[in-house]
Amino acid sequence: MEYEAIIGLEVHVQLKTQTKLFCGCPIEYGALPNSRVCPICLGLPGALPSPNKQAIILTIQTGLMLGSEIASRGKFDRKNYFYPDMPKNYQISQYDQPLCKGGAVQLYPLAFPKDAQKDPQAQSRKKIRLVRIHLEEDVGKSFHFEDYSGIDFNRAGTPLMEIVSEADIRSPEEAFAYLTALRQILRYGNVSDCDMEKGQLRCDVNVSVKPIGEEKWGTKCEIKNLNSISAVRKALKYEIQRQIHTLQLGGEISQETLRWDDLKGQTFPMRTKEYAHDYRYFPDPDLLTILTEGELIEEAQKRIPELPEEKKQRLSQSYGLTEYQASVLAADPQLADYFEKAAAQSANKVSVANFLINDYLAVASESETTIPIPPEYFSELSNLVDQGKLHMKQAKEIVKLMVTEKKSPTLIVQEKGLGQITSLDTLDAICQEAIEANPKSVADYRSGKTAAINAIKGYVMKKTKGQANPQIVHELLEKKLNALG
Amino acid sequence: MNLFEYTISELRRLLRRKELSPTEVTEALFSRIAEVEPKINAYNYLNHERAIERAKTVHVDLPLGGIPIAIKDNINVRAEPCRCASKILEGYLAPYNATVIEKLTKAGAILVGRTNMDEFAMGSSTENSATGLTKNPWDLQRVPGGSSGGSAAAVASHEAFCALGSDTGGSIRQPASFCGCVGLKPTYGRVSRYGLTAFASSLDQIGPLTKTVEDAALLLEVISGFDPNDNTSEKMPVPRFSELLETLSLKNMVLGVPKEYFIEGIDGEVREAINKAIAHFESLGAKIEEVSLPHTPYAVATYYILATAEASANLARFDGIRYGRRAKHYEDLLDYYGKTRDEGFGSEVKRRILLGTYVLSSGYYDAYYLRALKVKEKIKQDFSSVFKKCQALLTPTSPFCAFRIGEKSNDPLQMYLADIFTIAVNLAGICGLSIPCGQSTEGLPIGLQIIGPAWKEEVILAIGHLYQKSTGWKPPIPPLGKNVIE
Repeated sequence: MEYEAIIGLEVHVQLKTQTKLFCGCPIEYGALPNSRVCPICLGLPGALPSPNKQAIILTIQTGLMLGSEIASRGKFDRKNYFYPDMPKNYQISQYDQPLCKGGAVQLYPLAFPKDAQKDPQAQSRKKIRLVRIHLEEDVGKSFHFEDYSGIDFNRAGTPLMEIVSEADIRSPEEAFAYLTALRQILRYGNVSDCDMEKGQLRCDVNVSVKPIGEEKWGTKCEIKNLNSISAVRKALKYEIQRQIHTLQLGGEISQETLRWDDLKGQTFPMRTKEYAHDYRYFPDPDLLTILTEGELIEEAQKRIPELPEEKKQRLSQSYGLTEYQASVLAADPQLADYFEKAAAQSANKVSVANFLINDYLAVASESETTIPIPPEYFSELSNLVDQGKLHMKQAKEIVKLMVTEKKSPTLIVQEKGLGQITSLDTLDAICQEAIEANPKSVADYRSGKTAAINAIKGYVMKKTKGQANPQIVHELLEKKLNALG
Repeated sequence: MNLFEYTISELRRLLRRKELSPTEVTEALFSRIAEVEPKINAYNYLNHERAIERAKTVHVDLPLGGIPIAIKDNINVRAEPCRCASKILEGYLAPYNATVIEKLTKAGAILVGRTNMDEFAMGSSTENSATGLTKNPWDLQRVPGGSSGGSAAAVASHEAFCALGSDTGGSIRQPASFCGCVGLKPTYGRVSRYGLTAFASSLDQIGPLTKTVEDAALLLEVISGFDPNDNTSEKMPVPRFSELLETLSLKNMVLGVPKEYFIEGIDGEVREAINKAIAHFESLGAKIEEVSLPHTPYAVATYYILATAEASANLARFDGIRYGRRAKHYEDLLDYYGKTRDEGFGSEVKRRILLGTYVLSSGYYDAYYLRALKVKEKIKQDFSSVFKKCQALLTPTSPFCAFRIGEKSNDPLQMYLADIFTIAVNLAGICGLSIPCGQSTEGLPIGLQIIGPAWKEEVILAIGHLYQKSTGWKPPIPPLGKNVIE
């Protein structure tokens, strides 16, 4: 029997604000434990929350970027449960009136894992619909030592946006692509850095399976707190197989919350006891209704950049780039901006794109965001090639030198004595010398072995340290050899 | 006249004229406390040393320069205990000041100590306190009311010139009425709640307990105003309440008497005293009109649903993990939470947490919490339509005078009815003032409640002030001597 899977994702995104959601404490990763806290984020008796406008604006902005409907009124609710790292034993979240409803994330081939980019699934440009986006506060972090535990509340009160997808995802690869595409948009909007190592993007996945052709989906399991996109893929792969295997053996899937052990490559139940959660949500009486219309929505709208899909389209149309080139550039808005500056003064935009994608990225892969050399260098370089002053192999070398020496390509060419010899007089003399120095090859050529010209050409190239324009040399030699008659 | 008998306005005059020094005032108060406190037990904590230090440096020309004030034990003062009269906050020292404390300090007030209360402000008698009973200065066998019973008793017995209390369902007005002093519950949002340990966030409001209405106006002026730290505080201008007291005339003023507040079960002497007060206003030129607040009968039930729901969440933070008292013997985390809270909370607090947890539980939310929210709106509408016809309402503050210690403490429902006339004001978010308006044959104070529309404190204060001036009111000295429970 063939099975299929259905997957839904809840993504928690740490918003890029200076301060926490309900107080003025700075958000700082890796600070000394409990050094970025105040009575409000510690939930001390009497302390009251004051909402961070920036966090609300960023959430609305995300909704607008993803095509959500923005609620005109939002409110905060209390979600009640006891947990040691939760200062108030309730979390301020949004229950029945989230800031954003609906919306979608479009998948594109390059968002899929490399090994799946050619699959029909990756080519289908599917849209994953969203249920909602809401804003909530993060909790602290527990640390367990040998015979005691400690809690760091620095993270408590950090604004988290929760993005809940519909169960539109059908494979671990789609889940991977969804997260990649989503992360790209969030970074684009400067809403979050989505640094998974710093826990800025965490997700819970829900997955169930059913035999193909059957109507009813099986029991759903939730895998909590996955902290990398590849872990999501791996965990889903494992879990889908586990569920199918269990069913094939006649077993039953019990509804449980699982955790993923990346080292063991397995999911494990998180809680042994099954117990129904009753969060007893109710409107937080300390916080007023959020009225989004007016200032908040206007501010959010101002922040919306050109989105990846639009950028891709525009780059390929206005610069004549291939879809691949446009995608790679659009994946990094800073790189795309850089490209546009570099291409502005270049006669051959495609060649600038190629230098950036094929050569520059390879050299400068460690410096992710900043490009230390002025964009004009790339236009200069592509123009030198275009004018026949450099050949491709030399140009590729020069990209490396531009990065290490931070000099313009013209200067590098001058200093290194690079550049092509195109002067007919100079080349004519060297070609003449080559013919005289290689009588055997000349004889071979004349006897019909035309490939022998390469040896004579090799002499010229060697003599000119590779700087001779091979095209011109070839033409000159042919002319001379044929003229020997 | 003893120094401790002065009102704030009298003290202010004398201090500014340098006829008195803040140190003299403070010392006089502490010797009164030393004399009376063993009988009353109004305070949970006193800081003589800190008060004297402060008295030495404070500027007397500030609005409350050199005036000592007592603070209810649920308002946070930096480096002082804030126990809320609960075992669970044993050992807790507040690391920050409530906004009202910042304002008082800026205004030159001297903090004397923390007054006793019902645990987490839950109760109407100050019997639910982990730090012992407070007694009514008028009859030491009786309760001072609650939950700000300590503040009311301290002011009435002249152990304090003034005090701050908090009022969630009548917790300032009812004890003021029981002890014979003045208590004001300001409009919701008028005074910042930042630093007030929450009982029911949507109803709580800090307010003054004083000897005279004039003093209440002075104190309100200082503690009011928008606070960016309290999302529910309003950006409303703060009138100079103390200067507006004399500007009001009762000519052409309509005072409403809601018929639902004169129900059966109201004490005969209370009814008589209120009627007399109403007649007095009429003689001063006010037009008295009977009005109706039809949803009044639902106020108590609505209150106990909303207040306990919020309390169940507000009190969840007291779990012994981060501060306060903790259970010593436990098996696992759940057991730890259970034992800490079982040992730390008193029975009234537990009862309300359970009730609040229940009304919010899935399946019951719509039937209780949501419905209560709707009734709250109806109650609010009742008041707004009545306030189209009249400027203020006159009612008893409590249906009866101070009851005996233990008389109602085993019957929570009876106890809940002690706030029957004050609760609707909190649900509607409007303002209410209780002033003494007579005494029972047993010598117990009777309170008159003057209810005003939102943001109209100046009106009810002026009405109350007019009453006190025209009747020649002087803060009396209660006997303190009789019926001492040892």
